[in-house]
Amino acid sequence: MSRRFFAFTIGSAVALGATVFSLPARAERLIVSVSNHRVTVTPNYSGEELVLFGSVEKDSSTPASRNNYDLVVTVSGPRADMVTRRKERRFGIWINTDYREFLQVPTYLALFSNRPFDAIASPDVERRQQLGLNNVLLTQRVGTDYADVVPNDAFRSAFVRLRSERGLYREETSAVTFLTPTLFRTGIPLPAEVPIGTYTVEIKLFSDGALITHTETAFDIVKVGFEQFVAATARQDGLFYGAFTAFMALMTGWMASIVFRKD
Amino acid sequence: MQLYLPIADIPVNIFLILAMGAAVGFVSGMFGIGGGFLMTPLLIFIGIAPAVAVASVASHIAASSFSGAISYWRRRAIDPALALVLLSGGTIGTALGVWTFTLLRSLGQLDLMIALSYVVLLTTVGGLMFWEGLRSMLRIRRGIAVSLRRSGSHGWVHGLPFKMRFKRSKIYLSVIPVIAVGLIIGFIGAIMGIGGGFILVPIMIYFLRVPTSTVIGTSMVLTLVTMVFATMLHAATNHLVDAVLALILMTGGVTGAQFGARAGQKIRGEHLRLLLGLLILAVGIRFAVELVIRPDDLFTIREVGGAA
Repeated sequence: MSRRFFAFTIGSAVALGATVFSLPARAERLIVSVSNHRVTVTPNYSGEELVLFGSVEKDSSTPASRNNYDLVVTVSGPRADMVTRRKERRFGIWINTDYREFLQVPTYLALFSNRPFDAIASPDVERRQQLGLNNVLLTQRVGTDYADVVPNDAFRSAFVRLRSERGLYREETSAVTFLTPTLFRTGIPLPAEVPIGTYTVEIKLFSDGALITHTETAFDIVKVGFEQFVAATARQDGLFYGAFTAFMALMTGWMASIVFRKD
Repeated sequence: MQLYLPIADIPVNIFLILAMGAAVGFVSGMFGIGGGFLMTPLLIFIGIAPAVAVASVASHIAASSFSGAISYWRRRAIDPALALVLLSGGTIGTALGVWTFTLLRSLGQLDLMIALSYVVLLTTVGGLMFWEGLRSMLRIRRGIAVSLRRSGSHGWVHGLPFKMRFKRSKIYLSVIPVIAVGLIIGFIGAIMGIGGGFILVPIMIYFLRVPTSTVIGTSMVLTLVTMVFATMLHAATNHLVDAVLALILMTGGVTGAQFGARAGQKIRGEHLRLLLGLLILAVGIRFAVELVIRPDDLFTIREVGGAA
């Protein structure tokens, strides 16, 4: 027990030292690019897949023996507040009783890696680096407090499950493939009902269970076309939109009375 | 052909919606009602969020009641004074309804309240209508003539103050029950996404003793104005009116209504009431079953400010 703890401390100290010392002359650099920085969602959009390419650039200070890289890619969509409600049986019928508010959580969240997260890093690092859906920070309002809860909390797991069922939260531990020891790629699937906004892609490079470097990139999802115009108008000019819809209804009714006039 | 609904936020088959609009339009034309009590549940059953369904159907009913109101106006079958008094209550009721709708939605109990209101209202009204239709059918079979309007009997309604003469309907009536009826119909209409014609017409006939010559036309005016008002309020406060969905529904609805009206003329009155009663009852029971059986998933997610 004490030996293991000792070894672990040494290990972290070494890892920490490595990061500190390598900071001025970064031993590795990540160069990444997504296949499309601006995804346009048209009315008949039925989902697509972006591709993220990247390579690990070594320099002279990189230990020659280091080749066992691990990658974790986190794609997070625009953030929003969401409410999860639970139904319970009361008076013979099923009604919403308890609820939890999730504050500024990603509307889309995907985590990809080249092997299982627990093989990449220790549970402690997994938690700190938010590796896996179980470790991603999902802030809840608990009473007057703000906190994330344990992964097996009923509301949290229901939230993740429901988002996953819609393809909006996903976790794939074999999605990142190394084409050469330093060249990698991964697909980013975007379902039909993907939320619009700016998506950040964070790529973290691990070696021997420690984070070596990380980089970020981003892409935008924009909806174009008539539907988007309608949705935007409805949100921004509600009254005008309502008046227009009412007018449209009256015109339709009036036209019908002309077309089908019998007398 | 798939079409993405901008506010409901789901892709739907345009022909399915068009067919639903036409089918409901047919039924509404046949019975002389708006058909909101059928349209809203159908939309909910195909997966559109109840809130969006209610708000969008309001504009669909506005369209169908406008085309109806025009033809009744031409036939001078609308009592303008009665319509105005009804509307004074109706607009207040609608505003109250939309306000309650918004409140319930923020509490997360809107879907439940919509379902509960449907169960209570539809099973009651449907049951009564079915029973009444059945009784008059049996009486006719036995050869006894029935008159719907039992004239001469004066209820407590006629003892109320602020009486007013409604010329075209040839009735002398207190404005209090008229305003109250308008208020109630406006309120439940805004919450449930129904025009309320199927409740309003019987109330006006039995309770206010409005003659059958002006009752449908006048009730359509109330439906029209409250639904136009509800559309605008729902759009301005909750941003839930799906104009694309509404347009498809309307197009199907007004077309179907014409054929329904022709079919309706071939069916006897008591049969019509019996059928309508059965239909209303069936929708009410469908909602009741939904509430009682255990849902597939006990959890639901809603984006704050979103549609679903």
